[in-house]
Amino acid sequence: MYYDILYAEGVTVDFDGFRALDQVNLIVRKGELRFLIGPNGAGKTTLLDVICGKVKPIEGRVQFANEIDLLAHDQHAIARLGISRKFQAPSVFDSLTVHQNMALAAEVPSGFLAAAFHREGGAARRRIDEVLDMVGLAGRRGEVAGALAHGEKQWLELSMAIVQDPELLLVDEPVAGMTAGERERTGAILEAIARERSVVVVEHDMQFVSRFSSTVTVLHAGRVICEGDFATIKQDPTVIDVYLGREPGDGNEPGDGNAA
Amino acid sequence: MLDKLIAGPPSRRQYIAYGLMVGVLLVLPLFLSDFRLALVGKYLAFAVAAVGLDLLWGYAGVLSLGHAVFFSLGAYSMAMHMKLQSEALPDFMVWSGLEQLPWFWEPFRHFAFALPMAVVIPAVFAIIIGYPTFRSGIRGVYFSILTQAMALAMSILFIGQQPYTGGTNGMTNFQSLAGISLYKSGMRLGLYLATVVTLVGVVALALWLVKTRTGTVLMAIRDGENRLRFLGYNPVRYKLATFALSAGIAGLAGALFVPQVGIISPSSMSILPSVEMAIWVAVGGRGTIVGAAAGAVVVNWAKTVFSESLPEAWLYVFGGLFIGVVLLFPRGLAGIADQLRALWRTLPGRPAHAPQPQQRAPEPARSPAADGSRNHASLALPVVEPVAATAERES
Amino acid sequence: MRGLRSRCLTNLPTWSDMSLTTTAMQIFNSLSISSVLLMVALGLSITFGIMRVINFAHGEFVMIGAYVTFLTDRLLYDALGGGTWFLVALLAAFVVTAAIGYLTERSLIRFLYGRPFESILATWGLSLVLQQLARNIFGASNVEVRTPAWLQGGLALADGIQLPANRLFIIAVAVLCVWGTYLFLNRTGAGRSMRAVMQNRSMAGAMGINTAAVDARTFALGSGLAGVAGCVVSLLGSVGPATGQNWIIDSFMVVVLGGVGSIAGAVAGAVLIGAASPLFEFITTSSMGKVIIFALIVVFLQFRPAGFLVQRTRALEGQH
Repeated sequence: MYYDILYAEGVTVDFDGFRALDQVNLIVRKGELRFLIGPNGAGKTTLLDVICGKVKPIEGRVQFANEIDLLAHDQHAIARLGISRKFQAPSVFDSLTVHQNMALAAEVPSGFLAAAFHREGGAARRRIDEVLDMVGLAGRRGEVAGALAHGEKQWLELSMAIVQDPELLLVDEPVAGMTAGERERTGAILEAIARERSVVVVEHDMQFVSRFSSTVTVLHAGRVICEGDFATIKQDPTVIDVYLGREPGDGNEPGDGNAA
Repeated sequence: MLDKLIAGPPSRRQYIAYGLMVGVLLVLPLFLSDFRLALVGKYLAFAVAAVGLDLLWGYAGVLSLGHAVFFSLGAYSMAMHMKLQSEALPDFMVWSGLEQLPWFWEPFRHFAFALPMAVVIPAVFAIIIGYPTFRSGIRGVYFSILTQAMALAMSILFIGQQPYTGGTNGMTNFQSLAGISLYKSGMRLGLYLATVVTLVGVVALALWLVKTRTGTVLMAIRDGENRLRFLGYNPVRYKLATFALSAGIAGLAGALFVPQVGIISPSSMSILPSVEMAIWVAVGGRGTIVGAAAGAVVVNWAKTVFSESLPEAWLYVFGGLFIGVVLLFPRGLAGIADQLRALWRTLPGRPAHAPQPQQRAPEPARSPAADGSRNHASLALPVVEPVAATAERES
Repeated sequence: MRGLRSRCLTNLPTWSDMSLTTTAMQIFNSLSISSVLLMVALGLSITFGIMRVINFAHGEFVMIGAYVTFLTDRLLYDALGGGTWFLVALLAAFVVTAAIGYLTERSLIRFLYGRPFESILATWGLSLVLQQLARNIFGASNVEVRTPAWLQGGLALADGIQLPANRLFIIAVAVLCVWGTYLFLNRTGAGRSMRAVMQNRSMAGAMGINTAAVDARTFALGSGLAGVAGCVVSLLGSVGPATGQNWIIDSFMVVVLGGVGSIAGAVAGAVLIGAASPLFEFITTSSMGKVIIFALIVVFLQFRPAGFLVQRTRALEGQH
């Protein structure tokens, strides 16, 4: 039995001389909902990239479920270990139907031949139904994902992450570009997910973060400058200085929106 | 009806249409001379290769511009076998001063070795080329350009290795295949029928494959390879397997081509024939399997007709075809019927002023499909363009 | 390189008759080949960088430049004594190919933006048409361009080492082209808007840059550079409808090696490929040399998949 789902220590990432992350430590406990906040360029997304294998750090270690060295695994292998990710900009497969998108996530055959002879199991279908019901896309399973609205794509991608039944879910700015109503719904979905799994959420929207009573980690210029519950970090002078002081609650900072 | 025939998922009506097409191919020998029959046989061999390339390009979004190499490797395998049928030491080896058959030629004496090698050698070669390129994340047009350079390098290699490959002239002057004379009555028909059967088999395999989860994964690779990685799939393995399968099919096509055409040379494996293959698929309609096969037949038939009647202007027609298809018919033959129908509806004075058809006209296949989970092929097409565009723009 | 050897480089001694004195000559000769590759690749690299369009008819712009030089030779050789006609030809090659490039962009290429696969097929078709056009106008057999008097002979360095003037000239023209392109991109307003479009098309458009005009101008510039390359290529050998085909694939390899849109990368790639071809053809055979170079490029891309110049991006899709 383990207690920490994610243990990252001394993680340092260097982009051609630019320190994107500098000696970052992050420990996420099992069943925890953790927020990462910080100004643009603080390294939030890079930290998620390190965890899911997209970026390899030059220093540090990252362990999953107490024993698995994530740095030794490729992206697809990390996904198979039970770490799912929802990207900042909606990234679903546009020419596939909602159901096909979900089916790809729900069961992952081991290779070309296994996939050719793969039959969708009843359990997978039930799980897909369940998740689509929860996010309210059940009626649209036959539609091409490219035809969905922005918010619906975000939910579809979130659903794909959920249906994978991961132990750790990484979510990058889930409410960016959403209407107030969509934010509400997304918040409810996140809360429901966090009851059963560990979730790390990168978010700019301070009002959104303040709704949840959970731990918040503040990053600035590649370093962790503060960690604690929202009430605590709100009082922290450094955090106010580098982040909260400048117009909090703007969820749509333009410079950060360049992911695919 | 053509679009239904080609683009859609096989329905009962389509199976009937496919059956009719095969029927036509089967009775064709009754009306054609041996010469014309071999010509149609050549078109059908090209159609086999086109189906393989469509799996790779139309579904996985990987455009190989070196497929003529795989086609020719299959053709050379079969040519080596046919050479050894009638000559102890092939003529070009004698001319190059070779006194003994090279060791790697020896097993090609046996048809039972040469035929599988026509598939295995191209597939293995595709893996050798594909593994390092796919692994290092080379894709899109970079992959296309690299495969094109491969085609150039391979054709120059084959030209240079005159004692082993026959050099620029390649191999010709075949007498028999698997112990049967090529000039024996019925042999032509046999080769033709073998090609028809192979084409039907390859089309059936491809149509089945794209309906399985593998087909879904391939289309997902085309839409967003990196996204797929984070779901736990290794796109490299899928692309590599598809590349190898596609190359193997091309090799099989080459093996069917060479006994019917009677010659194989390095000019068949260079860049131009490789680009032509992509044109067949583009003309037929990417991601439609049967359309790709039809495209190969139509383009090559046109090539024969025009180069016989207008040898001077042929390259203008051919070059114009490249440009015209891309600009005017981005979805190929399979899309033309749709486009025509849309145009017809928008003509003034037509009842088509009714809002309903006009709404559907611009992007017919994008509307929610009644039976979405089965509807791979027709859903795939309209979305190809925008997706490819954004993916490339983002770099 | 077979095509190059038989058609363009008839006066290039092979490495097999190499001695100490000829080593310098070889390096020098391969530098002149690199120079041509560089001029061709520069245009390809810029147009792909800006428009995400692969222009396979780019080689035919080289051919057009070479034929323009041929025409200038026929028309002005006697009128302008002393070989000044060649300088006219250099200018004419740039202007004519740039103009044809501009028309091509307006009539064909602009419909292909962001559709690289389709652009390959359509421009390939264009290249077939242009080659056939050349065949119909100038005949299928190659034509010779006279070398102006001031480019005959050479610069004697030491006993037995003489650098041919025509090759010196080619290197000089390439250096000028690279320098000019660099200055244009970095010092002029038009060049800056090109770079802006290259980096972020929609943002550049939003800032009021007329991206369509930039595209047409870029394509014309790239085509013009190919025309200049065609002009100097006529100094190396005869000119024919397939002249462009001899350079296009190697130039693409230069772009792949150098990284898209990078002048420095293109220079490095051109020097490497220009030098590697004769070297490997000497070590092995001329046909194996090509295969080895191809294999080395694939191996190189294992370490630098985006070429010499690696740009990091946060975009999920589209590493290239």
